[in-house]
Order: sequence, then C-alpha cells, then structure tokens
Amino acid sequence: MKDLVNRYGLLLTTVFAVLTGFWVLVLVVLPNIYLFEHSFRPYLPVAELRGPKDVYSLDNYLTFFRSPIHISVFVWTVVYSALVTVICFLIAYPLAYYLSKVSARALLPTIFLLLFIPLWVSEVLRSFAWFIILALKGPLNASLLGLGIIEDPVRWISGFRGVIIGLVYTYVLFMLFPLYNAIQSLDTNQIEAAEDLGAPWWRTHWRVILPHAKPGIASGSVMVFMLSAGSILVPTLLASTNSRWFTEIIQQWMFESQDWNTGSAYAFLLLILCTVFVSVVMRVFRVKLSDIAK
Amino acid sequence: MRQVRSTDWLFHLYLVLFLAYMLVPLIVMGGAAFNDSRFPSVYPWVGWTDRWFVELWADTRMWNAFANTIYVALAVVAISVPIGTAAAIVINSIAGTTRSVLYALMVAPILTPGAVIGISTLLFWNGVGNAAGSGFFLFKAGLHMSVLGQVSFIAAFVMLLVLARLQSFDRGLEEAALDLGASHAQVMRRILLPHLYPAIGAGAAISFFQSIENFNVTLFTRGTYDTLTVYVFSKVRTGITPTINALALIMITATLLGAVGYEIIRRRRERRLAGR
Repeated sequence: MKDLVNRYGLLLTTVFAVLTGFWVLVLVVLPNIYLFEHSFRPYLPVAELRGPKDVYSLDNYLTFFRSPIHISVFVWTVVYSALVTVICFLIAYPLAYYLSKVSARALLPTIFLLLFIPLWVSEVLRSFAWFIILALKGPLNASLLGLGIIEDPVRWISGFRGVIIGLVYTYVLFMLFPLYNAIQSLDTNQIEAAEDLGAPWWRTHWRVILPHAKPGIASGSVMVFMLSAGSILVPTLLASTNSRWFTEIIQQWMFESQDWNTGSAYAFLLLILCTVFVSVVMRVFRVKLSDIAK
Repeated sequence: MRQVRSTDWLFHLYLVLFLAYMLVPLIVMGGAAFNDSRFPSVYPWVGWTDRWFVELWADTRMWNAFANTIYVALAVVAISVPIGTAAAIVINSIAGTTRSVLYALMVAPILTPGAVIGISTLLFWNGVGNAAGSGFFLFKAGLHMSVLGQVSFIAAFVMLLVLARLQSFDRGLEEAALDLGASHAQVMRRILLPHLYPAIGAGAAISFFQSIENFNVTLFTRGTYDTLTVYVFSKVRTGITPTINALALIMITATLLGAVGYEIIRRRRERRLAGR
C-alpha cells in the first residue's frame, strides 16, 4: 500500500482503495453474508421484522432435507451436471489437441473466429435453437426419418435427454478454450520424445499430454459444472415434465411462493455445492485458484 | 513441425463435424425466421416471408427491452472498468496472505452461479432499504440492481485482464518519471494508463457483451423491467412466434459483423507489425 502512495499519491491511492473496497465488500462479501444470515430466518412481513417471531432457526434448511422430491432434484442436478462435464471433456479434448498440436497454424484464426460466434450468441438463443431442432416434428427427426435411420420420430425432449443435449452444446466451448491454452503451452518436443522412445499414442496422451493439461481440465470442469448446475435457461426450455433442475425450485421459492429466505437457503446450498466442487477439483488436480480463474 | 500422419484426416473430419455442430443450430434458427409458419421451424417449409421481421419491428416491448439492455450494458461497462482496473493495481502492489485472500474474494463471483449472485444482491439491497426504513426506489428490484449484480462478477474479468497486462509493465518508467518531477496524476495518466489501454479496451468489450448476454443475475434483480434475454425467454415460454427467430438472426448477424470486424483490425495490425 505504501508503495502505491509513493507512486500515485494519497488521493489516487484512496480512489483505488475505495473502488476495490466497494466491489469486494459491498458487491461481493456483504451480500453473501446477508444471504447466509437470512437463510436461517423465517420470512416475515416487514412489520414483524425484529419481532418475537424473528429468530434464527434451521427451518429453511429442514424444508429441504424433509422433502424427498427436492433432495432427489438436487442429486439429479449434481449427477447430470457431472455427466455434462465429462461429455464436454470427451468432445473437447481431441479437438483441443488437434488445434494446438496438429492443425495448420495459418487456419487457426479463422477456426477460432468461427468458434467465437456461438460463444458470443446469447445462451437463451442457443437453447432456443435446440428447442426448434429437437421438436417432435422438427428438422432432426425429419432428416433422420428421411435418411431412414429411424422409423418413428423420436421424442428427444423427454427425461433429461433434452437438458443434457442443450447443456453440452451451450458449455462445451468453456471446456475447449482452457484445454487448448493448457495443451498449447506443452513443448511439442516432449510429445515427439515420447513417440521416439516407442510410447504408443494412448500412453503419450496419458503420461505426457494429459498431466500437462491438468490446469486446463480443472478450469474447464469447474466452469462447465458450475454453469450447468446453475443454468436456468436450458432446463426450462428443454426439460420435460419429469426432469426438474435445482434452479427451478429456487425460482419457485423466489417468484411463486415469494419466500425469499427459504429461497436463499436453497441458493446457499447451490453455492456450497459449487464451492465443494471447486475445492475437490483443486485438490484432485493439485492446482491453485489462480490456475482455474484466468 | 510435426510430420503429417495417416490419421490426420480423422482430426480434420472431427473439426469439420464440430464446427457444423456449433454452427448448424444457429443457421437452422436463423432460417426459421423466413419460414411462413406460425410455429418457428424450418420443416415443413411453408414459404418465404419477411412478415416476422415486420412484426418484430412493430413490437414496442422488444424495443423497450432492447433499450434497457443497452442502458444496463453501458452502466456495467462504466462501473466495472474503473473498479476492475483499480482492483488489479491494488492486487499487484500487495503480497502474501492478504493478496491471496483478496484475490480469492475477487475471482469467487466468476465461479458463483448467477442465480446466487442475483438473489444475494436482491436480498442485501432490500435489507439495506428495510433497515433505513425507506421505500426509496434504489432499494427495490430494478435495472440499477441488475447493474450492481452484474458488476460484481464482470469486474473480475476486467481485473484479470488488467492484472495480466500489469505483469509486463516496467515499474522503472514510473520511478523515472517521478524523479524527473512528474506529478502523481501525470504518472498515472501518461505512463500507467497508456500501458494498460489494450487490456482496458478488451475489458470494456467483454463487459459489454457479458452484460448483454446475462440472464441469471438479471432474472432475479430486474423487478418488472425487461432486458432482451428476459424478453426472449418469456416469449419462448408463452406464445412463441418466429419473431424471436427474426430477432435471433439479427443478433447473430450483429455478432458475426463484430467478429469479422475485429478479425480484420487484428490482421491489419499484425501486418503492420510484420512490415516494420
């Protein structure tokens, strides 16, 4: 801090500190503490706030743990978000390897330009596109029928199928780019050395490329899992009646029941889930937070 | 350079398939904007029409949402760029545990689901309003609150970009300027900021697009206001018509033009650097 004052003077340093403090305290820390604190309080009309009924309790969390439906929705959200993360990795890894080590350098800017287009198109439109494609009388069924691959139209949007298809499409690029960055920084000589020493291709990947790509895998997994578990658009647009997502229950508490405190308890559970996931990934892949958020 | 392999064609094929997988859905969605069918689809093809564009043009709710989106995005840029830049300068000048804690708090919002950010922002400001005992509009849900919620995580992107740029900054320049009698403000304006401009520019662009795209935070904080994403979402849920496809096509075209424009500028700059 003293260094800052020496360079930019007291006035500018104060401005920096105030801006940083406003962000970290007022926009990040305090709202989250407030969320945590309110998740333990009953939801009361303004007149009864700080009244005799306004006491701390675990009621909001018990609402969750006493509801088998909510627990099962939570568990399925975790399971399917993890599945989406794995699928995204399987799709993105060969491509990231290809783009960083095999493809012609001159083509890369054009390929990335093409990949940036779906990334910049908003999430709502990307899930809407699949809403059209997967419709029972939509283009996917029509072309599959036309090619003779299927005999009857497939009901794509049933169970969690539609949600998974939508989430993978929407978030696979969040896996591809960190993976690409990680693999790209690997010295190609190391791959050639492994091959010259007689390693089969799969062992080169397993022992040389994958270990080097760890920060990228960690970063991509955290982003894809967090975005999938927290997604509202995809599950709403592409879910069927028997596939509910945890964010939909949070929405119910906030908008339909208007019970913001139970809503915050549920939101806090989602936050804990993501925090746990980040910590597990950091431990498994032995990476730092600064490797994940780049 | 790696030698050409017999399996390379498999990778080429995979890349082409992946690009198709990424882009065909957008083409299908855009194409449906011209289909004269009441439900948005490209199949069956009923006939060419431009009526969905005409209807979209006449939709006042869409224009309202469009204006709101732009207001919010501009406000987000105006707030998160100075905050992110200041935070990067602060983080860069400290070390040790304070730095790691502060850094963790700053990047945490990127790893937090938007719904959580939206709800905590809404609750917090509402609580501040209740404590102050006022029904002052600033404490109620509305676009200003969406701005605050979005800034809380978008500022982190700016911070990371500026911080990366600061790594290549020669601090000796500032010392030289101070020794030669420059004021603190001059050091900031003439030496530090010009070095950071590329990162600040990229940060502003990313903030703008992130804000336009944002849905989760906005949904919980918007009150009764619409932004484009919320408008599309509510349209898709209730009474969907191909006007949404017309809007989608316009937005994709805008993205495409932006991306191509950026690429042209980038290539020109590269050529200029190479020509030197």
